[in-house]
Order: sequence, then C-alpha cells, then structure tokens
Amino acid sequence: MVSSRHSHDGPADRAGREPRKGFSRRTFIEGVGIGAGAVGALGEPGRAQAAGAEVLGPDPVPITLNINGKNHDLEVEPRVTLVDALRNSLDHTGAKKVCDRATCGACTVVLDGSPVYSCTMLAIEAQGRRIETIEGLSTDDATMHAVQSQFVEHDAQQCGFCTPGLVMAGKAIVDSNARPSMAEVESGLSGNICRCGTYVGARKAVYEAARGGTA
Amino acid sequence: MKNFEYIAPTDTLVATQALSAEPGVTTVLAGGTDLVSLLKQGIETPTRVVSLRNIAALRGISKSGGGLRIGAMATVDELLASKAAAPYRSLQAAARGITAPQVRAVGTVVGDLLQRPRCWYFRNGYGLLAMQDGESLVPNGENRYHAILGNKGPAYFVSASSFGPALVSLGATATVAGPEGERRVSVADLFRTPASASERETSLMPNEIVTEINVPSASGWKTSTYEVRQRQLLDWPLATASVAVRERGGRVSDARVVLGHVAPTPWRSSEAETALQGKSLGEDAGAEAGKAAVAAATPLSQNKAKVQLAAVAVKRAVAMAA
Amino acid sequence: MATKYDWPAADDRSLIGKRHTRVDGPAKARGVAKYSYDRNLDGMLYARLVISTVPHGRIIGIDTSTAERVPGYKGHVNIVNVGDEVQWVGSEILAICADTEEHARDAAAAVAVHFEALPHWVKDEDVKKAGEANRVQPAKDDTKGPEMAEAWASADETIEGYYGLGIITHCCLEPHGQVVDWTDDEITVYASTQAVARIPADLARGLSRDESIGDVSADAVHVITPYMGGGFGSKFNIDTWGVACAKLSKLTGKPVKLMLDRDEELMVAGGRPSDYGNIKVGAKKDGTLVAYESETWSTGGIAGRGSPPLPYVYNNEERLAQRARHLNVSTNIGPARAWRAPNHPQAAVLTMCPLEDLAAKLDMNPVDFFKKNADLTARPEVYRYEIDKCAEMIGWSEKWHQRGDSGSGPVKRGLGMSLHTWGGRPHDSTCEVRIQPDGGVSVNLASQDLGVGTYTTLSVVAAETLGLQIPDITVNIGSSKLPVSGASGGSTTVGGTTASTRRATVNALEELKAVVAEALEVGAADLVAKEGKIFAQSDESKSLSWGDACRKLGTRTITGQGKQPDREGGKLNDSGVGGVQMADVSVDVETGIVTINKLAAVQDVGLVVCLAQCESQVYGSLIQGIAYALYEESVYDQATGKMLNPDMEFYKLPGAGDIGELEVHMVQNKYDDRGVIGIGEPPVISPGAAISNAVANAIGVRVPTLPLTPDRVLAALENA
Repeated sequence: MVSSRHSHDGPADRAGREPRKGFSRRTFIEGVGIGAGAVGALGEPGRAQAAGAEVLGPDPVPITLNINGKNHDLEVEPRVTLVDALRNSLDHTGAKKVCDRATCGACTVVLDGSPVYSCTMLAIEAQGRRIETIEGLSTDDATMHAVQSQFVEHDAQQCGFCTPGLVMAGKAIVDSNARPSMAEVESGLSGNICRCGTYVGARKAVYEAARGGTA
Repeated sequence: MKNFEYIAPTDTLVATQALSAEPGVTTVLAGGTDLVSLLKQGIETPTRVVSLRNIAALRGISKSGGGLRIGAMATVDELLASKAAAPYRSLQAAARGITAPQVRAVGTVVGDLLQRPRCWYFRNGYGLLAMQDGESLVPNGENRYHAILGNKGPAYFVSASSFGPALVSLGATATVAGPEGERRVSVADLFRTPASASERETSLMPNEIVTEINVPSASGWKTSTYEVRQRQLLDWPLATASVAVRERGGRVSDARVVLGHVAPTPWRSSEAETALQGKSLGEDAGAEAGKAAVAAATPLSQNKAKVQLAAVAVKRAVAMAA
Repeated sequence: MATKYDWPAADDRSLIGKRHTRVDGPAKARGVAKYSYDRNLDGMLYARLVISTVPHGRIIGIDTSTAERVPGYKGHVNIVNVGDEVQWVGSEILAICADTEEHARDAAAAVAVHFEALPHWVKDEDVKKAGEANRVQPAKDDTKGPEMAEAWASADETIEGYYGLGIITHCCLEPHGQVVDWTDDEITVYASTQAVARIPADLARGLSRDESIGDVSADAVHVITPYMGGGFGSKFNIDTWGVACAKLSKLTGKPVKLMLDRDEELMVAGGRPSDYGNIKVGAKKDGTLVAYESETWSTGGIAGRGSPPLPYVYNNEERLAQRARHLNVSTNIGPARAWRAPNHPQAAVLTMCPLEDLAAKLDMNPVDFFKKNADLTARPEVYRYEIDKCAEMIGWSEKWHQRGDSGSGPVKRGLGMSLHTWGGRPHDSTCEVRIQPDGGVSVNLASQDLGVGTYTTLSVVAAETLGLQIPDITVNIGSSKLPVSGASGGSTTVGGTTASTRRATVNALEELKAVVAEALEVGAADLVAKEGKIFAQSDESKSLSWGDACRKLGTRTITGQGKQPDREGGKLNDSGVGGVQMADVSVDVETGIVTINKLAAVQDVGLVVCLAQCESQVYGSLIQGIAYALYEESVYDQATGKMLNPDMEFYKLPGAGDIGELEVHMVQNKYDDRGVIGIGEPPVISPGAAISNAVANAIGVRVPTLPLTPDRVLAALENA
C-alpha cells in the first residue's frame, strides 16, 4: 500500500522537531487527563507550550521524513517504526524487517551519517534527521555505489535478504574510514546477521570498496 | 504494540510532569533500542511515551569539575569519541563491548543502565520475577544465563547493563529529576533487586528521569573492564568485571571490583576488594580476587559455568588494570 | 555414447566452470529485488496469525468479538476450530486482517482463545526422563555386516562415548509467508517458496478442503517468486498460513499480506531434529575399523522423524560389523522440517567424532586413520585425494599434535576433520528456450533461485551453448506459468535445470542453424555457434553474426524444448559426491570459548557450472556449520512448553568477525565427465564434526554435545 502523500525536494528539515503547522494543536494540558488523573497537572500552561509539550497521537500524525535528500510527508501513528513507515507507507522496501528487535541489522539505514536499526526507531523520532536508505545509493546498475559493486564482484550475496542492511553498514564504514583494516570491517559489520553465510564476500567487498574498488 | 500518545518536550521539568506517578502508564524514550522492542513485545504497554530527544540540556559529554558529565541523551558513540571520557578506560572498554555500530549510534549510556533485564522468561511475558502459578520458573528451568550471586529469590535475572559495573566502580552518581525537583543518587543505588512483583529493578519513580551521570575524576586510579563474550557479533556477555584500583608504593591501597551479568544488579564484591588489598597488580592478585569474588556464589541448576567465568573476568580485569 | 547434448569438452568451454558475477547481484545489492515480503499491492490488507500459547491443549473457545471491533478490522478465518487439539506453542489458530499492519496486530491481540490444558513434554536429551513420560518409541534396529560378537572380539581397541547435538531452526531471514491477490480471473500468490511449480496444487488442495470455498483448480493459481529470502529446506509447502491468507483475500476482495513474525518463524516454520546417542567403535591395532554400534534418540516434534544414517560414510556392509538402533522422542514442539542435508550433519557428528576419539586412543593421526579406512567408504579414491588436499590447505602436518598436547597458557589450539557424502540426484525439469528474430534469447522454466545462483547457472549454460555472453540471455524463472520444474531441495536443482536448459538450447540452436545453413549455403552440421557468430567450420568466411543470423528468422520465434530426465539426451548429470573438511580452532580453557582460526573444505561436485557461486555455497555452508557447532540451539522450557529464544538475540548466529578464515577448494577437471551434481547440501554436513574434533584435539577431552558453548566446554574439562 503506497500511501505517501507527496514528496518534495529539500534539505533535511532540521527544525522539523516541531509538528508541522496545520495539524490540530492539542496541547499537553489537554492531554494530561489520561489514566484518570494519573499524569500530574502542569503548573504553568504557558511554559508547557513553550516547551513544545504537544501531545501527538495516538491517531495518525503528519510527519516529514527526509529520505535520500527528499522530504516525504506522511501520516503515521506515533507507534509506527521507521522501518514500517519506509516499507508500508513509502514503498521503500530495501530495508528488510527480519528480527524486528534491534539485533540482525537487515533494517539498517544511515541516519545523519551513522548506521541505525530502523526497526527500533519510531518514524516520528526520525524527523529532522538525514535518512539514507539503500534506494538512495544508486539509480541503476551502472551507478552502483562502490560498496554495492564490490558486493557483486565478490559474490557477497545469496538469498540477498540481508544484503541491503550489510551494504548500508558497509557504506557507513567506508564513509567514516578511508582505509579500514579487515578487523575494522568485521567490527563495523558486527550488527548484521546473514543466514546464508555471505560474510567472506561481504568482508572483502567493504575492504575493497574503501580502497577504491568500483567494480 | 499498543498504541500510545507521544510527547517530545524541550524541557526536563515538562517531561517529568508529562509522566505518570503510577507505574506502567507512561514511559521515557531515549535511544529506543530496548524500549521499542519492549513495546512491540507487549511487555511495556504505556498510554503515553515521553521522548527526551528535544531536551538540549540532556545532551553531551563534558568535563565537569574534576570529573565527567554524561548527559542522559549522550550515546555510546559519543562516549567513545569524547576526549573528556578518554581517561576512563573501564568505560571505554564497556562501550567497545557493545559491538553493533547501530546500537552505539543511538543507544545512550543512561539507556544502557536502565534497560530492562534480558531474562528470557521476562522477555517471553512471564514478568520480571518469571512467575507461574506463584512460583519462579527459573530455579528448575532454563537458567544458564541467570544469576549466581544475589539470587536467593524471588529475582534471578541478571542486570544486563554494560556500563553499570564500570560506573559503580568509579563511584559515579546519577542526577534524577522528578516533578518536585532533582535528587542525586549513587549509580550503585540506582539499581535494586526487586523483592516483589510490584517492584522494578531500579529505584526510579515512574515519573522520574535520569538527567545525567557524574563520574568523579579517575586521576590516580587504574581502571579496566573485561567482558567474557562468546561472539564478536552483538552479544550479551556471560560475565564481566570492572575494577578501579589505586596503588601506594606498588601495592593496592584502594580497590573497587564490580561484576556484571552475575546478579540482578551490578555486583560489588567486597571479598575481591579485600583480596586485592596490599597486593601488587597482576595475574596472581587477579586470580585471588576472582576466587574471592565467587566464593559465596550459589549457582542454579544450569549456570555453574558462570562461577568460573566471573572469576576469570575479575582475574583478567585486574591483570588489564596493571 | 556421445550426443549433441553433451557438455562441451574442457578446452571448448568459455563460460562453464569459470568465475562469473551473479546475474541477480546488482538487483540484490541495490535493494531493488522485490521479495514476497516487499510486495505492496493497491488496497492491500495486512494479516496476522493468532497462535497457540499452550504446548498441548484443546481449544474450548475462540472469541473474536472484541477483535472485530478493532478499528480497521476487515475479516478473519479459522485455521482450527473449537474442540481441536493444539500440540505445540505457536500452532496456528486463526488469521485476521486489517487495513494497516498496526491494526492487524491490534486485532490479533484482541482475539481471546481459551484452552483446556493437556499434558505436554518438550525435552529430548534425557531419554530416560522422556521414557518415564511415555514419550519414547523404538524406531529402528538394524544389524548389518560381519557377525557382531566376532567383530568385537577381533577389536584391539574400543571406545564408547556419548555424543549429540540439539535442535536448531532454519531462521530464514525472509520469514515464511506470502501476499495473495484473489481476483475473478486468478489467484495470484507471491509466495516465499522453494517450490514455485508445486504451490498451485498445494494451495488448491488446501482451499478445496473448505466446503464453503469448493473446488479450486490448480490452474487458477499463479505463483510468482522471482526472489526469495532463504529456505534451507523449510519452504516447500503453502502451509496453513498460505491457505488462510488466500481465504482472507477471497473474503475481503483485497490483496492480503501475511508474513510470519520472527518468533513464529522460529517456533513453527523451521526445525532440524536433535540427535543424541551412545556410540561404540572398535578397531584393530593398525587402525582397521571392525565394528560400530549406535543407540541414538532424537526428536522432530510430536510425530518424531527418520533416523540418521549410521554409521556414516564408513559403512561398508561386507567388512564393518554394524548395528544402529534408534528411538523417537515425541515432543510438543513445532514439527521438524527438512534442514539442508536432512539427518546427515547429525550422522557426521555421531560417526566422525567417535572415530577421531578411537584414533586418539590408538595414538594415530586422524589423517592416517581416515585414509586407512577409506576402503569402507563408497568412494575411497575421492576421499583419499580430498583428505590429502584438505590437509595441505589447513597445514595439517605442521600444526597437528597429539590430543591435548597443546602447550601451557589458557588458549589451546587444535585440528579436527570430518568426511561427508550426499546424493543430489537431479530433479525433473522442463525448459523452453526461445530465440527471437531480434537476437533475444530467453530461458523459461518454473524453477526458483533461493540464492544458490539459478539465474546465473542457466545464463551460463544457454550462453555457452549459443556462443553468446551471459548478458545476452534472459532467464525467466519464479513463475508457475512457466514449464514445470522441480522444487529446490536436496541439491537437485542445478543438475535438473542445467540439463533441461542445455537440451532446450541445443534444440533451439539446431533450428536456427537450419535457417542459417540455407542462407550461407552450407550444411547445418558444418555450423558452429561461437563468440557471437554462427559460422561454417569448413570455411570460416561463411559466417553470420548472432544478430544477423536471428534476423533471418523473419517474424518467426524459435522455441526449443528440453527436459530432465531424457534418455536420449546425453549424460549431463549424476549424483553422489564426497567432501572433506578440516578445522583449526583455539579454545580458551578458562572461559570455554571456542574461536575458529580456519576451516578448509574440499568438495567434489562433478562438473562445476559457475565457480564463484559454487564456492559461495560452500562458504555459506561452513558458516552455517560454525553456527550450529558453536552457537545456535532452540531452547525449550519444560514448565511452560515454550521456546525461550525465538529471536535473534539468544538464538545465536555468528557474525562477520566470528568465522575466522575460510578456504574452499572445488575439485575441478577430475570428475567433470560425471556431469553436474548439486552442491547445496554436502558442505554443510561436516563442519560440526570437524570443529568438535578440533576442540577435542585442542583440549584433550571430548565435549559431547553441540553447540560447543562455554558451559559445555568447561563442564567437559571439569569432568575429564
């Protein structure tokens, strides 16, 4: 189900921590009544608003995600994770949902330059961050990123379901380290699991990609 | 995952006021690597999630007085990159033990302290005390990863924190904010062993937030952390030890030895500390301290190996500190 | 007898046996390969399973009333009904769907199922206790070979020991599941499957059992699986969730996605049986094996499973006295599914480990011992060659030492080895190759690529046959509307599909040659297709480029048919291979932690089609072997009956830094005339035994059961 409303070009919306204008602004004060008075009353309403204390959800909330340099507007419940927003709302299905518990790395995306598990990040929390997904690394086979072409060169994939996560982890390695040792490559891939057993190729691919191998 | 409302204030006080004083109604979100899993698992079912991501005051790692201030939102990566934190070798080693870059990038040091136990009964929905029909499932069940110390029941889980032992050994304190104001507590006292199902594994009130950790200067201290881990892949250690020692004339004059993954809290071993007193640091002193650390261990039906692993962790941590 | 279909001679191969990049490599590396889980169809609904929370019970109530009021709820179908029994935690009860994934989860969570609890049992290793619980059935007692008592009397040395390995699960990264779109025209199924051609009939049968649905023809079902994220033997059937997903699609009139959650995947959609046993082996002073006796037991769930082939590899029935007894333990856990080389990894542990223990007792170097007894195997020459080659790769003669003689210091190093065999008879396959007037060539068959390289091997076969290059070929697989080809299991795919493709391509080329012969005014038999041209051997100036040759077809398309088996189609494949693996490990005897320094593998597979992908299968097997040797095991709790680690955190698999150095040698140009033989299973058989043997060599004692976790290693050291 592709439910992306629209996308527009633009830099990462770093001020996007505030909910976008136009959304019904239910303030924190209105929200304090939950749990039959369970939440303490707030002394100064003005301060609450100044402190960005707006209660969002549980119904869908409009959010903006900056993915591969493009802003995407969508509406999601606050509980929706980044991987589910990418896959279910934006049809960015490169990131895979495998363990769904911050262990296997198949959902890895790069957030402000660092690899992260998109399965344990709420989509609403990814606003204002620069999100890179596997889809952003190439437009066709001829424009593959060095890590991608080295994965092909070293046959670093079998079923391929872990591959996008490994490629994104590999990209984060080569972006931050021009000449990683093999030990540094292994360490950088220590948040990713492959079941078919493609690590031999994956290690070589990342190592060579950093050293300028493009194909 | 139960649906919830979400709030991300820019102010700590507002955040604490957005939290319920009643347990289980609201929860605090930092890096999310543990919390979001707990939400998916239905183990945490808050109606409101309070995110700390917009509170600038909670960020960063810096020198503070003679020591170190670690903000609640400071990540493991920030700790590894911080010049101010570089002298704290035991913290650095604990940080490197979290081998997945994806966790280090968003996971916070404070989140590591406050993560829920990894006990598989707990994670499968049997509660923190793993009870079924009024009895704990652990003593006669699958307890290979459970506690060998402080395990007289009803709690048998182990604290999963990587930084807890090191911070306790360094004498660190936590600043805790609540709707009524701030208090300070030692990191050691942040942890507790629940005595009943109504208690949690920390001493925090449901509407309290740890805002920062303060670590005293490590100047003059030799510190180290050794983790017994089976894999280089992201993995839970089987036992760890952090030590902080001071020497006078080549002999140990002060020692703090804290074990991890062996008890429901980071486990400070006065026996091991006593064993180190007056010794010169090295394998032999480490071996004695290791032996002392587990002398009172009471392994369960399947976790006898952890007694040995804990002793080895102490031995190697002491040797590394030398 | 030579035929036109035979594989080209070694010096006439430009592509076969060489290193190529994977045809589907870029799509996978770029993340654009669409798996079943990735299908997002217009209006698609999301479905979840409701599963049993008890290990054994009778369903006394299913209440969906609250679930039906959950926002977004669209429908549900029962998989079992009130009164039915469930036999394991995770057993499928119903499927429910909603407009979003989150709402589907809400709805599933709102279903209340009530059970009457019945007695359960989930433990297998302690066979005595299982017997007391009335869970043990004798399954086999076979005696073969020379008279047993005489054989034992002739033995100079014997060992008796306990060995075993626990239950593991497939843990396919793409979970089981599918998207089903049931329209008036067709039931389209995007299934994550190893059996594209088999699923239509399987689904039709499953649906037709439901009277409210009535007869469904297999022809109405179209299965589409261009990519699938791992199967390893667990994805041959549509399963209850596939049938339920189709019913939900019919019920709602919308496409429905139902993929298992990770815990469901690990609890019910995979499972390799355990095996434990007491083994006794005897030999003469010179190392000649004379007798082998095993008493083994295992569980594969409630219905049990087949017994492992014991003794393994060393099983000559004329010369080795042998008795194999097996007991089945019935447990309330998710039923076993075929796991790569079913029963063989277990058999390797239960044979090669006792054999190395016996060699150690005889003070023999295992290399000499295994070679000496090679005549007890089905292929002595192959194994002797492979043992020598593998020993060279791992540095056996320099590094090997007597058991336990590994110096002071806490880290001990050791070497171990194991042998294996597998059949891999090619499956049936039909293929249609089309040559278009514009020069396009397509290979069409309802096969599938599990990640083994089917796209690449078939491209190579067609390109080699036509004198073209890999990019000139389009391989169409992964659709049940294509000519029928077998399920991918048991290392049967590469042999079956390359044969049908070779025959179809040769037949298509014959037709093209006839057209070209007329145009060039030469005899068709004089023509060869090579280097992008078709030319006369007698006069190479009589030549057409591939494109020009195809243009001569005018508007006609050539279709060549090929099949496997085909008695007149030449000898293109075979079955039965041998392999040898050796392990070099370090063991920290203070922590019990085992690390892999190196694994070496030598493998015979007849004619190698694509060397890089063939090697990848072996690398992957070694890594899966490291996983079950050192890390992974399904942990079941007797009190709750639950699998406690249906996750990827405590269901431990190795990472890129946990595998050491791996070296693979494919035996090429030695057995090529046997034709193509499958590679999926054989190399995954030996790692467990080889690693266990290396640990025994390092620390001087046998760690009886796998995985070789620190607690097991320390316990073995303590008990020594």
